[in-house]
Amino acid sequence: MEHIIHIEEVHKHFGRVHALRGVSLRVKKGEVVVIVGPSGSGKSTLLRCINRLEEFDKGRIIVDDIHLDNAQNINTVRREIGMVFQSFNLFSHMTVLDNLMLAQRVVRGRTRTEAKQIAMDLLKKVGIPEKANAFPAQLSGGQQQRVAIARALAMNPNIMLFDEPTSALDPEMIKEVLDVMLALTKEGMTMVVVSHEMGFARAAANRIIFMDEGQIIEEASPDELFSNPRHERTKAFLSKVLQI
Amino acid sequence: MFTRREPKIDETELTHIPGAEPQSRMDVWWWLVALVVVIIVGLAVAMPDPYWRILKFVQDGLWITVVLTVVSFVFVLVLGMLGGLGRLSKNNAIHGLTTLYVEIVRGVPLLVQLIWWYFAFPVIIQTIGKWTGISALAGYQSNAIVLAIIGLVVCYGAYMSEIYRAGIQSIPKGQMEAARSLGMTYFQAMRHIILPQAIRVILPPVGNEFIALLKDSSLVSVVAVADLTRRGREFMSTHFNPIEVWTMVALLYLVMTLFSARLVTFIERKTKFER
Repeated sequence: MEHIIHIEEVHKHFGRVHALRGVSLRVKKGEVVVIVGPSGSGKSTLLRCINRLEEFDKGRIIVDDIHLDNAQNINTVRREIGMVFQSFNLFSHMTVLDNLMLAQRVVRGRTRTEAKQIAMDLLKKVGIPEKANAFPAQLSGGQQQRVAIARALAMNPNIMLFDEPTSALDPEMIKEVLDVMLALTKEGMTMVVVSHEMGFARAAANRIIFMDEGQIIEEASPDELFSNPRHERTKAFLSKVLQI
Repeated sequence: MFTRREPKIDETELTHIPGAEPQSRMDVWWWLVALVVVIIVGLAVAMPDPYWRILKFVQDGLWITVVLTVVSFVFVLVLGMLGGLGRLSKNNAIHGLTTLYVEIVRGVPLLVQLIWWYFAFPVIIQTIGKWTGISALAGYQSNAIVLAIIGLVVCYGAYMSEIYRAGIQSIPKGQMEAARSLGMTYFQAMRHIILPQAIRVILPPVGNEFIALLKDSSLVSVVAVADLTRRGREFMSTHFNPIEVWTMVALLYLVMTLFSARLVTFIERKTKFER
């Protein structure tokens, strides 16, 4: 299978903090990669570099055969990559339906009817078509995150990035979001997920990446990583998160 | 860890469109506007001499004040937006230029600025015309109203820039990131996502600016514009009745500012949405 994301020796500094220290990672088409690691390990930064919400200082990232460091038009790359944020980031002055339709119309150039059809189909898929005319503030966190996933999917992306999608949710709402994500993996979507949900990682990931201090420490299949971690730091991290 | 509480959802809220609810609470301050109108009309009817005569005399000035304020304000809104975006620009030249503009304009009294535009600016244009031999510039004839509008717009545009800047900065960063991650350009994101939200935030200070501009427009009476204030002074200089003239002029300004304040509140209510 071909690789759709190439990350080679990427470095990133925030002032004096060396956030990414030579990270290399390849993701195949249709693969689900879950990135885990302690906070401050650089996993979100790495994810945000993939659609260049964060600029990197050194190295190369190639997405869909486009080199990000000298991409002439970053917007053409971004429309192929869906992104879901920890804090949902729904457009708060628009209804759910308008949230799903806006980018389809101004970026993809779809007509109102087309965009609306796609939006309603996706809202059915994530299970909340009845909220189409509600405003984001009227939805629960889980519902907002499902709308955010639908909004990203409306652009027909090849890749979906998830930046701690369940970390801002109350426990009882986590499952509804993970279920939507699980359904996506079954459709063969390429996904890179930063998450603390070990259950999801075990169920859905083809590969788990463990990051610490700006580096990839270990990568393996979920079974291997959970039952037989090779590095001390991985063991220490897993013993903490799996205990709870 | 940051957790978000589930908002309590009232089922009727789900089909409710913010701002479209019937105006259940009548804004009682409209009565104050009505009261001032009644006083003006009452004075004019009960004592036509001098009040009705004053009204008739200053009415063209009143019209000029309104047009001057509204026209200037439209340009102020545009200039303020450009200035605000400039102040937020990552481009050092644009950021530097807009900051310089704001700092200079805020440091000079409006009256001095108006006088500068009226007396100094035309001479500069004429001098440039003579040097370069462009006769259109050399023979430049100043138009008091145009220069007054320029003066007001340049000054208020600087203050408005700061209001826009603060409003745009008040919108969470995630809104821009979400828009950009969907493939929107910076300007698409500004137009569809950031500005519509920022404008609702800045509406109260923008309304204040409009009222302040309306009042400050009286300063143009010094630079040969026959606005309400100047017409009042002209009436007084021939009739020598300062109490009646300036009371009427004050009442006319008051009715305009009170009305504007109500209008701002009305628009605020109409555009409110749940965060």
